[in-house]
Amino acid sequence: MATSNILACTDGSIYAPSVYRHAAWAAERLDAAVNVLHMLNPHHEIPVKTDLSGSIGFNARQHLLDEIVELEAAQARVAAKRGQAILDDAKSQLEASGVREVFADQKHGKLSDSIASYEKDAELVVIGKRGNNADFEKGHLGTNLERVIRSCQHPVLVASREFKPMRNFIIAFDGGKSACKAVEYVAQSPLLQDMHAYLLYVGSGNAKVEASLAKAAGQLRASGFEVTIEQRTGEPERVIESVVAQDHIDLLVMGAYGHSPIRQLIVGSTTTEMIRIVRLPVLLFR
Amino acid sequence: MTQSKYFQEWFSNPRKDLIAGTVVALALIPEAIAFSIIAGVDPAVGLYASFCIAVVIAFLGGRPGMISAATGAMAVLMVGLVRDHGIEYLLPATVLTGVFQILAGVFKLGALMRFVSRSVVTGFVNALAIIIFMAQLPEFKGQGVLMYGMVAAGLAIIYGLPRLTTAVPSPLVCIVVLTIVSLSLGLEDSLRTVGDMGELPASLPAFLLPEVPLNFETLGIILPYAISLAIVGLLESLMTATIVDDFTDTSSNKNRECTGQGVSNIVAGFFGGMAGCAMIGQSVINVKSGGRGRLSAFAAGVILLILILVLDDFVRRIPMAALVAVMIMVSIGTFSWQSIRNLKVHHRTSSAVMLTTVLVTVFSHNLALGVGAGVLLSALFFAYKVSRLLEIDSALEVSRKERVYTVRGQLFFVSASRFAEAFDFQEVLEKVRIDVTHAHFWDLSAIHALDRVVLKFRREGTEVELFGMNEASKTLVLQIAEHDKPGAGDAPAAH
Repeated sequence: MATSNILACTDGSIYAPSVYRHAAWAAERLDAAVNVLHMLNPHHEIPVKTDLSGSIGFNARQHLLDEIVELEAAQARVAAKRGQAILDDAKSQLEASGVREVFADQKHGKLSDSIASYEKDAELVVIGKRGNNADFEKGHLGTNLERVIRSCQHPVLVASREFKPMRNFIIAFDGGKSACKAVEYVAQSPLLQDMHAYLLYVGSGNAKVEASLAKAAGQLRASGFEVTIEQRTGEPERVIESVVAQDHIDLLVMGAYGHSPIRQLIVGSTTTEMIRIVRLPVLLFR
Repeated sequence: MTQSKYFQEWFSNPRKDLIAGTVVALALIPEAIAFSIIAGVDPAVGLYASFCIAVVIAFLGGRPGMISAATGAMAVLMVGLVRDHGIEYLLPATVLTGVFQILAGVFKLGALMRFVSRSVVTGFVNALAIIIFMAQLPEFKGQGVLMYGMVAAGLAIIYGLPRLTTAVPSPLVCIVVLTIVSLSLGLEDSLRTVGDMGELPASLPAFLLPEVPLNFETLGIILPYAISLAIVGLLESLMTATIVDDFTDTSSNKNRECTGQGVSNIVAGFFGGMAGCAMIGQSVINVKSGGRGRLSAFAAGVILLILILVLDDFVRRIPMAALVAVMIMVSIGTFSWQSIRNLKVHHRTSSAVMLTTVLVTVFSHNLALGVGAGVLLSALFFAYKVSRLLEIDSALEVSRKERVYTVRGQLFFVSASRFAEAFDFQEVLEKVRIDVTHAHFWDLSAIHALDRVVLKFRREGTEVELFGMNEASKTLVLQIAEHDKPGAGDAPAAH
C-alpha cells in the first residue's frame, strides 16, 4: 500500500493523456497511489430545451418539471457513461505507465467546488492546462484552472500538452512566502530529486534578496541538488520565458496567486500569464 | 457568495437568458396593465413597478431565474387603500412594505417558511389563480357578445399556436392579432381598450417623494396594508423560489431574496410604482423559455420599459379582450389542477387545509389571511395527530394489590384529558406504579393532568410510584407539579 496519494483531475480532453503521464511520473518518484477524479458537469446550468411559446397550460408547473427531469435524466445517464469510459481509460493508461495503485472517482458538480475535499488526502494535485470547456484557439486559460489552484492547499502540477522526460527545473524565486514554501518542498520531497535546479530571481538585487537567495540555494544543496543561481532584470514574464528557452528547462516551479482576486481582476495575474506562455509543466505552490 | 459565482449567475447562459427575458417582457405587459387595473391605478403604475422590481431583483435577489414584478396577489391587497385614500398613500405603503421585507431578511425570517405546509402552498396558488380569474370577470360586465367572442378567439390563439410552433410567444400573437382585428374592423368604439383604463407611461420613471404628510395618521393608514403586502410578497416570492429551485435543481438564498424583494419595493415606491413580488406564472414561462440566470430578469425589466415607451400608441389600442385572454391563461397555468384529483387521494386533513386556504383567501381577498388560516389549521391537525400517539396499558400484579400502568407517547395539552381518563380510580389497591419511561411530558397541561392523577389516587389511600421519567419531563415536574411537593394531597380540590 502506497503511503501517499496523488490526485489527477481529468475531463477526457486532449490534455488527459498528458495528465496521466505526469501523474504516473510523480507517482513513481513519490511512491504514491493515483486517485483519478472526473467531474460530471452540473446539468442544470444550461437549459436542455427551450419553448418560446410563452403560454402555460393545465398543470404547467408539474408538466415543465416532469419534462426537465426526463430530459436531464437522459443526458445525465449519457454523461455518467462517458465519464466511466474516461475513468476506465485513465486507469488502463496509468497502470500501463507502471502505477501500482489507481483509484477512480466520479462526482457531480464543479471541480473548483469539490476539489478542496478531495485534495485533503493528496500530496500533489495534477491538472491539465486546459480542459474541454476552455477555448483552445486563443491561448487563453479558463478561470476554472485559477479557481482550482486557489482552492488547493497542496502543490499543483499543471500538465502541459505533451509529457517530456524531465532532467532539470527552474524555481522562479521572488523571496515571497509561497516561493520559500516551494524551495522547502523541493528540498524535502523526492519528487524532483537528482534533477538540476535553477534558481531564478528577476529584479535588481539587494542585500535582503541576496541573503534569501543564498539561503534557498543552501537548502537545495544540502539536499543534494546541483544549483545554478540566475539573477536578471526585466519584466518577470518575459525574463522567465527567455531563460526557460535558453537553458532548455523542463519544469517551472513557482508560487501562485499571491494577490487577492480583486487586484487580479484589475492588473491581471502573473501566475496565469506564466502558465499560459511557457510550454512547460508548471508546479505551483500556494 | 464569491464574486465569481455572482458573475456566473449573471453570464453563464447569456443568449437564452436574453431570449427568455424578451418572452417574459412580452408576457409582463398585459399582466402589469391588468394588475394595475385590479388595484385601481393607472397602467403606468404597474408598468413602472414591474420595470423597477424586475431590474433591482436581478441584482439583489437570491434566486436567479425567478421573475418578479407587479403581481395580482399584491394588487388585490391594495384595492381598499387606493379606493379610500388615493394613490398618494399607495407609494409610501409600498416603501414601508419594502422596509418590513428587508427586516424579515435581516432577521432571517425566511426560515419561517417551513411552517407553511405543502397543502397550504397548493391552496395559495389555487387561491391566487382564482383571484386572477375573478378579477377578469368585471371586464365582461356591460359588454356584448363581441367581448366573449374576442376573448374566446384570444384563448384559441394562445393554446392553439404552440401546437404549430413554439418559436413565437403565443400570448404576443394573441395581442397583436386581436388588436389588428379590432382596428381593421373598426371595433375600437365598441370594445374597451387599454387606453380607456388610464394613463400609460410616457417617459422613463422619475424619482418622486410621496406627497403625503409624514405623521402618525398616515402611518396608521398605511401600516396594516404594508404588513399584509410584506407578508404576501414574501410568501409568494419564497414559494416561487422553491418552485424554481425544483426546476433548476439548485438551491437559492431565501433571506437574500427577502432583502432583495424589500429593496426592489422601496425603489418601486420612490419611482411611482406599486408593490410587487415574485410571479409564479412568469417564472414558469421564464424557465420554460430557457431563462436561468440573473440576466433574464434584468432583460425582462429593461425590454418591458423599452417596448412600452416605443409602442406607446399600439399599447393604447390593445383591446381589453386580449389582456383578459392572457390573464385567463395565466390563471389556468397557475392553478394546480392536479390538486382537484388529489382531493380524493390525499388525506382528508390535507384537503381541508388546502380548501380552507383557498376559501379564506377568496372571501377576504387577502392571501395573508388565507395562508394564516391554512397554517393554523395544519398545526391543529398535526397536534391532534400527535396526541393520538398516546397509549396507556395496565396490568394487575399477581398479589392483586398492586397495578402497573404503562404510559407511552406524547403528553401535551391535546392529549392530557385522554391521559387522565385512562386511570381506574374505583379499583381498590394498595399501590399503583406508573411507568413513564416511554412518555414525554411537554407542557403545563400534561403536568397538571399528572398531578390530578397522582393526587386522586392518594385520596383513595393508594400509594403512587412514578418511574422512568426522562430528564426534560423531570425538569418540568420540578418546576410546576404539586404532587411531589410537601403538603400535596391535602388540597387536591384546589384543582
